[in-house]
Amino acid sequence: MTTEAQGEHHDPPYMMIFAVLLIMTMGEVGFAFLSLPKFWLALGLCVMAVWKALLVALYYMHLRWEPRRLWILVAAPLPLVVILITAVLTEF
Amino acid sequence: MTSHATSAEQNMMVPDLTFEPGMKVFNMKLGMWVFLLSEVMFFTSLIGSYVILRFAHPDHFPEPGVVLNVPLTAFNTFFLICSSVTMVKAFAAIQKGDQQKFKLWLLGTILIGAAFVGIQAYEYSLLVAEHFGPSAAGYAPVGRGMEEGGPIVGGPLYGATFYTMTGFHGAHVSIGVLCLIFVLIQAMRGKYTAADHRGVEVIGLYWHFVDLVWIVLFTIVYLI
Repeated sequence: MTTEAQGEHHDPPYMMIFAVLLIMTMGEVGFAFLSLPKFWLALGLCVMAVWKALLVALYYMHLRWEPRRLWILVAAPLPLVVILITAVLTEF
Repeated sequence: MTSHATSAEQNMMVPDLTFEPGMKVFNMKLGMWVFLLSEVMFFTSLIGSYVILRFAHPDHFPEPGVVLNVPLTAFNTFFLICSSVTMVKAFAAIQKGDQQKFKLWLLGTILIGAAFVGIQAYEYSLLVAEHFGPSAAGYAPVGRGMEEGGPIVGGPLYGATFYTMTGFHGAHVSIGVLCLIFVLIQAMRGKYTAADHRGVEVIGLYWHFVDLVWIVLFTIVYLI
């Protein structure tokens, strides 16, 4: 089975995503040194990082065009990730 | 039963191992996704440990930019993002059957990936020269306009967690570069075509994943 046979031909906006990633990275560095409360800094930076990671996964890893079943597979460990991070935070 | 019939019968028994009908993707790709998901858990455990230690011992972790060189690493992040673009360009080229562009973009990805590892090694050498090693009890400021002999910044957990997380990521990038070199050699031998370029797609997934992980690590380790 070839990739072509699976109908995976599409024309994603690679350069536009690159520009967004670049601008967001510069924005992140600038944002990190603003004189804001630590909580808002951390929250803003995490939101930007997750957004960038999603762009890479959806467009560069072509997840957007993958079958739904693969989406389910990919989403499977994410609740564990959330549990691992948030559960330990409740200790503090 | 003739030997020919036996062979045909045997062939009917052998499933098509190149394609997973349930998932609707080819097996190599499914395997790579499953591997990457295990990697998600691996890096999450590292990041989770870092978060726990940072909350438990905030005095060990100085403010961003005090110890780590953020501009240099931001530049390195730019490099890794560029390498993701060259990788997808290589993939797009082989999808269209453009062998020359495919090889050029792939070579570009290898060079940029190697440059990322080189810059990370350079960053490590600078930090070690400033007495910030993996087992450093703290950071005695000597660089970036800070006075030598000033108060010790941070604690032993900072160096240990920093080098563990960035070191494991650097190892992943290095392995990725080696895999890309292998793919380039295979490309030179004419292994990939517009009709079948599964190897390129699979290594591309790995390469974008290390980029994705770095996006998260850069934010957590260098900026927060």
